[in-house]
Amino acid sequence: MKNIAKIDSEMELDEASGREQEQYLTFRLGEETFAMGILSVKEILEYRGVTTVPMMPECVRGVINLRGRVVPVIDLSLRFGRDTTLPGRRTCIVIAEIDGEGGAQDVGVIVDAVNQVIEIPRGDIEPAPSFGAKLRGDFLAGMGKLDGQFVAILNIGNVLSVDEISALAGAGGLATRLPAGEVAASPGT
Amino acid sequence: MNLDPALQTFFAESADLLDRMEEALLRLEEEAGNAELVNDVFRAAHTIKGTAGIFGFDEIVHFTHQLESLLDRIRDGEVAVTAERVALLLACGDHVRAIIEPVANGAGLSPELRTVGEALYARLGVELGRGEARETVTPAAVPVAGAMPAASVAGEAVAMAEHWHLSLRFGPEVLRNGMDPLAFLRYLTTLGDILHVEVVADALPEPARMDPEACYFGYEVAFRSTAAKAEIENVFEFVRDDLQLRMVPPGSKISEYVKLIQELPGEPMQIGEMLVRCGALTAQELAQGLARQADVDAEQQAAPEQHVRPIGEILVKQGAVESTVVSAALEKQQTVRDTKAQEGRFIRVEAEKIDQLINLVGELVIAGAGTQLLAMQAHDAAITESAANLLRLVESVRNTALGLRMVPIGATFQRFQRVVRDVSRELGKDIELVINGADTELDKSVVEKIGDPLMHLVRNAMDHGIEKPEVRVANGKPARAQVMLDAYHDSGSIVIEVSDDGAGLNRERILARAMERGLVAEAHALSEKEIYNLIFAAGFSTAEAVSNLSGRGVGMDVVRRNIEALRGTVELKSEPGNGTLVRIRLPLTLAIIDGFLIGVGAARYVIPVDMVVECVELTAENARSARSRGYTDLRGTALPCVWLRDVLDIGGARARRENIVVVQFGEGKAGLVVDDLLGESQTVIKPLGHLFGHLEGISGSTILGSGEVALIVDVVALIKRIMARTELEQMRYAPPPALSQPTLN
Repeated sequence: MKNIAKIDSEMELDEASGREQEQYLTFRLGEETFAMGILSVKEILEYRGVTTVPMMPECVRGVINLRGRVVPVIDLSLRFGRDTTLPGRRTCIVIAEIDGEGGAQDVGVIVDAVNQVIEIPRGDIEPAPSFGAKLRGDFLAGMGKLDGQFVAILNIGNVLSVDEISALAGAGGLATRLPAGEVAASPGT
Repeated sequence: MNLDPALQTFFAESADLLDRMEEALLRLEEEAGNAELVNDVFRAAHTIKGTAGIFGFDEIVHFTHQLESLLDRIRDGEVAVTAERVALLLACGDHVRAIIEPVANGAGLSPELRTVGEALYARLGVELGRGEARETVTPAAVPVAGAMPAASVAGEAVAMAEHWHLSLRFGPEVLRNGMDPLAFLRYLTTLGDILHVEVVADALPEPARMDPEACYFGYEVAFRSTAAKAEIENVFEFVRDDLQLRMVPPGSKISEYVKLIQELPGEPMQIGEMLVRCGALTAQELAQGLARQADVDAEQQAAPEQHVRPIGEILVKQGAVESTVVSAALEKQQTVRDTKAQEGRFIRVEAEKIDQLINLVGELVIAGAGTQLLAMQAHDAAITESAANLLRLVESVRNTALGLRMVPIGATFQRFQRVVRDVSRELGKDIELVINGADTELDKSVVEKIGDPLMHLVRNAMDHGIEKPEVRVANGKPARAQVMLDAYHDSGSIVIEVSDDGAGLNRERILARAMERGLVAEAHALSEKEIYNLIFAAGFSTAEAVSNLSGRGVGMDVVRRNIEALRGTVELKSEPGNGTLVRIRLPLTLAIIDGFLIGVGAARYVIPVDMVVECVELTAENARSARSRGYTDLRGTALPCVWLRDVLDIGGARARRENIVVVQFGEGKAGLVVDDLLGESQTVIKPLGHLFGHLEGISGSTILGSGEVALIVDVVALIKRIMARTELEQMRYAPPPALSQPTLN
């Protein structure tokens, strides 16, 4: 009963705030531009020192102090199986709120640059191609059109899935425990 | 009006009172003659009845009233304390505990509860010596009223009234304090019948000036009851501060009534008429009394010194009460006042508020450390000193704030009295629970979580550890066995021990089972301790190993896991024939620790200071051999060493100078090799969150004065991890056993 009630209220919210739902934050990762729903974005910080946490998957760069709270930071580029993001002048950490098993959690995302907040009408969003994209299918929420170009809209909940990454950490922990050479395959995608 | 918070308080208070009642009953079993314990039980039952009455929970009132009646007779020494009666009273306590919630929620009682309740009610009735147990208070239980006829012998006009006369004047604040005068009148009827009520509305101002939230009423009540004076007084216990209560017992002298009339504010005749309407006095008696009083007044003017005699003396002289009764009453008043004062020393505070305070203090500690850092960089002696002063104060604020959450473990231990009593009967064993160190304090959040593991350990000890009395006697032990609970502080942690003087663990059986379960490989030369600790391994406990008593689906592995979740450790010692001891070591608090900051390259880590034994320098010449051998020579003993840089994959070149932090884990020692030692600091533990849930070797994080995040090393988990890894590596070079599946946990 409780669940149903919750879904109902969420649907109402969607209808009421339909306009916000169409707003996206675009950012750059390498040469490519991505977008994520503005509702999950809590704040954007200038890149600063990250404390490395050992024994975690590579894409977890570490933790930062966000006004007294300790927030994990994830390298989106590494999460997509690309190169490590090297901090530059425009490098930012986007703090996103992600729902997970243990309740909502804030997660920081390292991106090369934050561009702007744009509006993409629902009609201009096409479903993600089932294949051919260089990203995992469940990472994409759709393809939006911006100035005649396609922008990949991320399903940030899946990209930053706390449950999945923490499970990776468990597997990673085991991997370091096993003698070298016996690790069958690198965990992940 | 929202009653919810009040109800919550009622629940909490009742639970406390029932705990106290149970404790007193259990002690009563041992010391049957202790009147103070009977009083404790009575007070608990009475207060629950009173509060339930205010809320109008008739079922609770009805039941507790019966209970109270029996207790009253026990208190008066008319009914002896026997084991059966204590058992009955314990069962009644349980029943009250069970019915409070359904009744208060308005859900009503389930048929089972109702049956249990009726059975208990009937048994109480039998104990009370009456078949039909509605009107419960016996005349013998009314000492004050009983003393009255003596007064009539003294030869003064006695009013004809056969009932109490109560004169109630409620204060204006009563309603605002959440009390309803009517509720008290309603509750009064549980003690007897209200014959007549006169409302005194003299204080009522004209409508325009009336404050709708103030209470202006008083009542004159004619009340027929066989209850004692104290009992009637207790009805009004909750408004005692806001109520002027005057009582005239049945069969009192007319002058008593006259005195009442004179004491009351307002027109004497008018009040007198009310008394007449209440049936307390006849019109003739009233006139006679008032006239007589006038005479007395005149007499007293002639002899003023008589006027100032203390009331007690007057009463004694009048033959109304015997002097022993007066001194007893005074004594009782004193004790009541004392307990009141003791209760007043505590304040009920929402746990959340304290948590919030502790969080803030945590931030303060961080900010303070930051300030100190800046002050030191400023190289200004005055600022440095002032910052140090500040930090010292912050530290004591921290300690005080944490102290707020500290509660003695005694209450948790006390709960086991009942468990031991019940279970030992069930098992046919004679077991006594010995409690030590009940004053030892620890964090409330830890106390809440330690109850279940302790319960399991105590039950285990009784079920598996302790032998039958015959066997004990045959082995030359006293028939009465002991289960001991002990708590004490030891180097920054609290140690809780559960021990018994039973048969001890059976080494062979444990080993056999462990091999059967595949927990250990064949013929391993395990130390005694390792074997005993196997019972904490997951999957050791099996259906056939546990009886229906301790086998509630929880194995010792769950106990261990619960304790480890509290950052604690558990170990076990056993001596065949002499008993078993389980030692639990827990941190005092879960929020802040004293940390020792170390550096490896640019990374900063915190090691809990409690774990650190000493720090030594690893000299260059020692470093090489230590690295190749994996241990170093620490004043003649071999100290296994771990390079933090390697185990934590920190990378970077090794520093020229390295230090060893010698840490204690359980019974052993190990050396953590680090680059820099950066000193002690207060460390507020910040959880790392779900994302890092699987991380072994790191227990949390903290924010340094500089704003950087440092990770807290979980030394025990880290070393365990390394040991497991070493074992695996050794397995690679040893001939592989049949099953090479690593069994790590």
